[in-house]
Amino acid sequence: MVDQSAVGRPLAPVTARVEPGRLRFFFDTLGEQNPVYRNDEAARAAGYAATPVPPTYLFCLEMLDNQNPFGFLAELGIDLARVLHGEQRFAYHAPVLVGDTLTFCSQVTSVADKKGGAMTMVVVETEITNQHGVHVAGTARTIVVRN
Amino acid sequence: MSETRSPVVGERVVFKTFPPITRHRLALYCGASGDHNPIHVDIDFARAAGFPDVFSHGMLVMAWLGQALTDAVPPQHIRSFSTRFAAITQLGTQLTCEGHVAELIEHKGEKRARLALTASDQNGEVKLAGEAIIAL
Repeated sequence: MVDQSAVGRPLAPVTARVEPGRLRFFFDTLGEQNPVYRNDEAARAAGYAATPVPPTYLFCLEMLDNQNPFGFLAELGIDLARVLHGEQRFAYHAPVLVGDTLTFCSQVTSVADKKGGAMTMVVVETEITNQHGVHVAGTARTIVVRN
Repeated sequence: MSETRSPVVGERVVFKTFPPITRHRLALYCGASGDHNPIHVDIDFARAAGFPDVFSHGMLVMAWLGQALTDAVPPQHIRSFSTRFAAITQLGTQLTCEGHVAELIEHKGEKRARLALTASDQNGEVKLAGEAIIAL
């Protein structure tokens, strides 16, 4: 069972590329029609150098290009079947555009038992930089483990 | 949202409804998002884990909440976006995503608004509750 000793533990860094084809698949899946995401001219008119990613796609990129996206759960002794998503936060510092290559550096920042140990909340925070070394975003996800 | 005037506290600035969540969409989202957790697409796995059926990825619902948000607010104006996953979103759920102005604030000279966001099902049960900070 995961405990306080996990706090501070880094996860393997992930490098992910914002590829237009799979981003289009994401938009098609969600019925996204906003031209700023789908049309280069609309993106440029909105002030972007290329089409941007939508607000939650950073979470996806880290999983898409992770060799073993659930590996850290196993390393922490957490069964994937016992996991729910509790909270998700994004802080945006600079645009992320099609063609960018991002590096995700994550670590466990908190482990807390809830409801008398019936659940454990694990927080993983991630800092994301692009190919120019610009810190583009930070994310935090809270994983709920049903004990 | 109009960029020519400031919104007022209490004003609803985000509103969008979405079609019922199908198994097919969960399968597509599994591939599109890279979240291959079988609990969302494999009923045998979901049952073994104690659930009656597969259920939506929370991040699919958050993606739709984000879609509703950027229909109303230019993406580059969003400073932060966060949600709590309040309840499991089952198959067939028809989501309504809404955002109301909760507060007008200023940060380092930038005028901003804090939007209170929800994604609710067809019975009004809140599935996701969160907020976004946006530049005005």
